[in-house]
Amino acid sequence: MASPAALRRFLHGLPGVDQVGAEARTATLSTRSIKTTAKAWALDLATSMIDLTTLEGQDTPGKVRALCAKAQRPDPADQTCPAVAAICVYPDMVSTAKQALGHSGVHVASVATAFPSGRSSLDIKLQDTRDAVAAGADEIDMVIDRGAFLAGDFTRVYDEIMAVKQACGSAHLKVIMETGELVTYDNVRRASWLSMLAGADFIKTSTGKIQPAATMPVTLIMLEAVRDFREATGRMIGVKPAGGISTAKDAIKYLVMVNETAGEDWLSPEWFRFGASRLLNDLLMQRAKLTTGRYSGPDYFTLD
Amino acid sequence: MAFEYAPAPESRAVVDLKSSYGLFINGDFVEGTGHPFKSVSPATEEVLAEISEASEADVDAAVKAARRAYTRTWSKMSGAERAKYLYRIARILQERSRELAVLESLDNGKPIRESRDVDVPLVAAYFFYYAGWADKLEYALPQSANGGTHPQPLGVAGQIIPWNFPLLMLAWKIAPALACGNTVVLKPAETTSLTALLFAEICQQADLPPGVVNIVTGAGETGRSLVGHPDVDKVAFTGSTEVGKAIARTVAGSNKKVTLELGGKAANIVFDDAPVDQAVEGIVNGIFFNQGHVCCAGSRLLVQESVYDDVLARLKRRMSTLRVGDPLDKNTDVGAINSSEQLAKIRELSQIGEDEGADRWSPTCDLPDRGFWFAPTIFTGVSQAHRIAREEIFGPVLSILTFRTPAEAVEKANNTPFGLSAGVWTDKGSRILWMANQLRAGVVWANTFNRFDPTSPFGGYKESGYGREGGRHGLEAYLAH
Repeated sequence: MASPAALRRFLHGLPGVDQVGAEARTATLSTRSIKTTAKAWALDLATSMIDLTTLEGQDTPGKVRALCAKAQRPDPADQTCPAVAAICVYPDMVSTAKQALGHSGVHVASVATAFPSGRSSLDIKLQDTRDAVAAGADEIDMVIDRGAFLAGDFTRVYDEIMAVKQACGSAHLKVIMETGELVTYDNVRRASWLSMLAGADFIKTSTGKIQPAATMPVTLIMLEAVRDFREATGRMIGVKPAGGISTAKDAIKYLVMVNETAGEDWLSPEWFRFGASRLLNDLLMQRAKLTTGRYSGPDYFTLD
Repeated sequence: MAFEYAPAPESRAVVDLKSSYGLFINGDFVEGTGHPFKSVSPATEEVLAEISEASEADVDAAVKAARRAYTRTWSKMSGAERAKYLYRIARILQERSRELAVLESLDNGKPIRESRDVDVPLVAAYFFYYAGWADKLEYALPQSANGGTHPQPLGVAGQIIPWNFPLLMLAWKIAPALACGNTVVLKPAETTSLTALLFAEICQQADLPPGVVNIVTGAGETGRSLVGHPDVDKVAFTGSTEVGKAIARTVAGSNKKVTLELGGKAANIVFDDAPVDQAVEGIVNGIFFNQGHVCCAGSRLLVQESVYDDVLARLKRRMSTLRVGDPLDKNTDVGAINSSEQLAKIRELSQIGEDEGADRWSPTCDLPDRGFWFAPTIFTGVSQAHRIAREEIFGPVLSILTFRTPAEAVEKANNTPFGLSAGVWTDKGSRILWMANQLRAGVVWANTFNRFDPTSPFGGYKESGYGREGGRHGLEAYLAH
């Protein structure tokens, strides 16, 4: 990669983002009315894109196993309901999850690199990553060093992502930018390009531990970034909004935005994910409503 | 995987369409004595209703009713009392917003998304805004102009509005006129009378004193009767420059005050440091909003040559996602052309663009078989000498030109007989201010386009007309001082 000065010049040379315009665009996209067959299709697609997440100090093997069961059969009453894309856990829970999921096709994603703050030495971050990969993680969700980014040390962020990518081996790397701490859309666009240049397979909004987490405008900027990156390099990068998306209605708005911004190539779990825990049950309830014509109570859907 | 949006039509059931409509004179609906005409849905060519035509005698009756209401009631009423009526109308407009939006889309052809999210909310906002001024008119004019006296209403206003924003233009005309104490006779465009007649119903519902608002329907002849009527004190017109000139000739030498809001050929100027994705949105919104039937549409795109290829590629990609079709479908972005006459004009000018050597491009889109439709279109390789860069097309057709320096952008932008609006896209604040000072246009939008607000004055330079509507400035056109 080029010198720090060249990297800086490149990132600051990216077209700016007008905040008012970006927010107006997402507001317009949010007015799309997705009904009947389109809704049924979108609900199933959204379900298959979920990274079902538990990232708590109180996580236990029992809790993780329960989540894994739910990931494979989200609606026990309906075998046609698709499985989610992955389970997302802390590194020490990877082996438990891997065992529970077996060959179901549901991936295990592990956060790493001193998640969520990322405030640790590079050695520890790399060891964290290697542990998760060794335990069988298919995907690694790393955090960038927001302090370095905000201090203008883009090279440090870049080098760290490169090093983690190397430590991942064949595991897919998602780079969490924690957009709630980067604050401006210009920063989101720069961090997206920085991550993609450094080797990210996915760019992800948030840890879920900082507010605001995923928002539509932030995700719009990221979708524009992956679209432009493919135009420039031919390489396709995935996008994962995480945190705060809890209703089927919101999820469908995101899918509309994916469709009309990056395009239909991104409408697959391979290229777009939702990091969420509560979203799944709302999708299931809407799905049941569409099939049966009635809403069931929350007790008809499983807790985990 | 392709995401096919299922049809999501807004229900027509909320609208109670009558088979025929009369004129609204002195608080009642009466038969016109002219030749009735039909209002069709431009999306399907379905006949929606038969509309009365106001003859010269009908216009006279309407002006007389307005005069009576002015002399006996409205000009005598305190500003605070007038405000109560305006607030009441504004609230009813909000309550009946869905009905108004559906009827507007049916009759005009504009997408329900726009009539629901832009037109109707703005209509209510203009009434609320001017209701607030009704009892504060002594603060409306600069002190030197009114010499410390109370500004007075003009009397009877004859108002003629176009078909592109039927309800919104009605609001721009009626709200300030009534707030200032004038009474009005309004003529909607002959292809879009229905929402004005529904507004007349709302006036009844609000118990507005009879004669304060009169609606006379008809075409050019009705308009001429209204403009030429000797007892009209003020003429307000929004429409084509050609008709505007005719009106100016008619009233010349009379005591009538006139405001004209006419055509435009706005430059939308994109600099190389523009926030490019939002600029592309602004270009699309500038020319494809309301099928380009917008007097202030950004119909001339001026792109800095250094980013021309990038902007053009992004614009084409974005245009490919525009959804053209049924105006009542909630996912439609571009609706129907308002009339077969307008469609013919758009086709003719586009053909001239091709004949003069410009390159025409449209995304692939399936247009319905019936109704009046025109695909979103751009022309590249256009120069200032092309007719499509000079004449108002009033349709979804964009002419794209390039420039090298800010000075050249200004020269080209100003090189037009019009001067209604302009747009500037750049991340540099100082350049926005410099450009805004150089551009001879009544409205200059910075990093946005086609944004309207009741607090902001709107109007033109040169052949785009004179007088301002909206904001405090909009009151001046309805006050004697």
